[in-house]
Amino acid sequence: MSHLVRVVDTQHEVGQGTLLSYTTGFILSISLTLAAYFLVVNHGLAGGALILTILGLAVVQLTVQLLFFLHLGRESKPRWNFLVFGMMVLIVVIVAGGSLWIMKNLNYRTMTPAETNTYLRDHEGL
Amino acid sequence: MTELVAVSTVHHDAHHQAAPKALFGFWVYLMTDCVLFATLFATYAVLHNNVNGGPGGRELFSMPFVLTETLILLTSSFTTGLAMLAAHRNAKKQVLIWFGVTALLGIAFLTLELTEFRHLVVEGNSWRRSGFLSAFFTLVGTHGLHIATGLVWMVVAGAQVARQGITSATLRRLKLLSLFWHFLDLVWIFIFTIVYLMGTLPL
Repeated sequence: MSHLVRVVDTQHEVGQGTLLSYTTGFILSISLTLAAYFLVVNHGLAGGALILTILGLAVVQLTVQLLFFLHLGRESKPRWNFLVFGMMVLIVVIVAGGSLWIMKNLNYRTMTPAETNTYLRDHEGL
Repeated sequence: MTELVAVSTVHHDAHHQAAPKALFGFWVYLMTDCVLFATLFATYAVLHNNVNGGPGGRELFSMPFVLTETLILLTSSFTTGLAMLAAHRNAKKQVLIWFGVTALLGIAFLTLELTEFRHLVVEGNSWRRSGFLSAFFTLVGTHGLHIATGLVWMVVAGAQVARQGITSATLRRLKLLSLFWHFLDLVWIFIFTIVYLMGTLPL
């Protein structure tokens, strides 16, 4: 039944409401894409801050599209879709973050003596 | 209540339960597909500095070209939305027009991507050149393969709508198709950011 009601809603909203949400999502996505692009092309920020900013912009755009294009927030309870989505995020964080963590540690532990000297000089101020 | 009656003429009884189940099942598939892409992103993140003396992202990527690809795919995600609005209005002709526009944009995107791949391979920078390029071709190529699948699906769905009109069955398939297409745009945001934008930054 909940689905029936949702279909009624979308049919009811058609015209302004939903067109508005797609348009909002589209304009926000384009702005976020262009913002990230021009920050990188014009070197708007330095090193680490730039990387964090464009990753942040990507996550904001992900949220915008989830809400306005995939309608993740408009689900009726129980929110199974959101639950599966949360599980996916957890696995992605473990797989991607874990790989980077392990490989960084492995690189650190398998340096040649010359690399160790350079590393200690550059990163640990010795 | 009047709307409820109006809807039940569109949705045959047998499909009342099928549509939400299909949507949920397809959503679970999309989330597992995210995990697939996550493993490829992890591989890329680990290998992206292993250029084996060859060129890296800074030498290889043309940023205006990639921005064009991105804007095309983003627009196609929007036109999918317009097609779905038309589908809910039961406007068959507009559904076909907007999915037609989406398909053309998808073809344009895929053409640009294959042009980039061909350019790289011709200049000797194929997936055999380095770990970085292996990871790059696998990640971006897998996304491209999904786009190609989506295009085939779009043609099939379009033909069904043209023949059968907007029924509960075709509407359900269009919903799944639109979810799939929006999802591919989501994945591309991260390819654009992690592979292309971050790839052109100095280390």
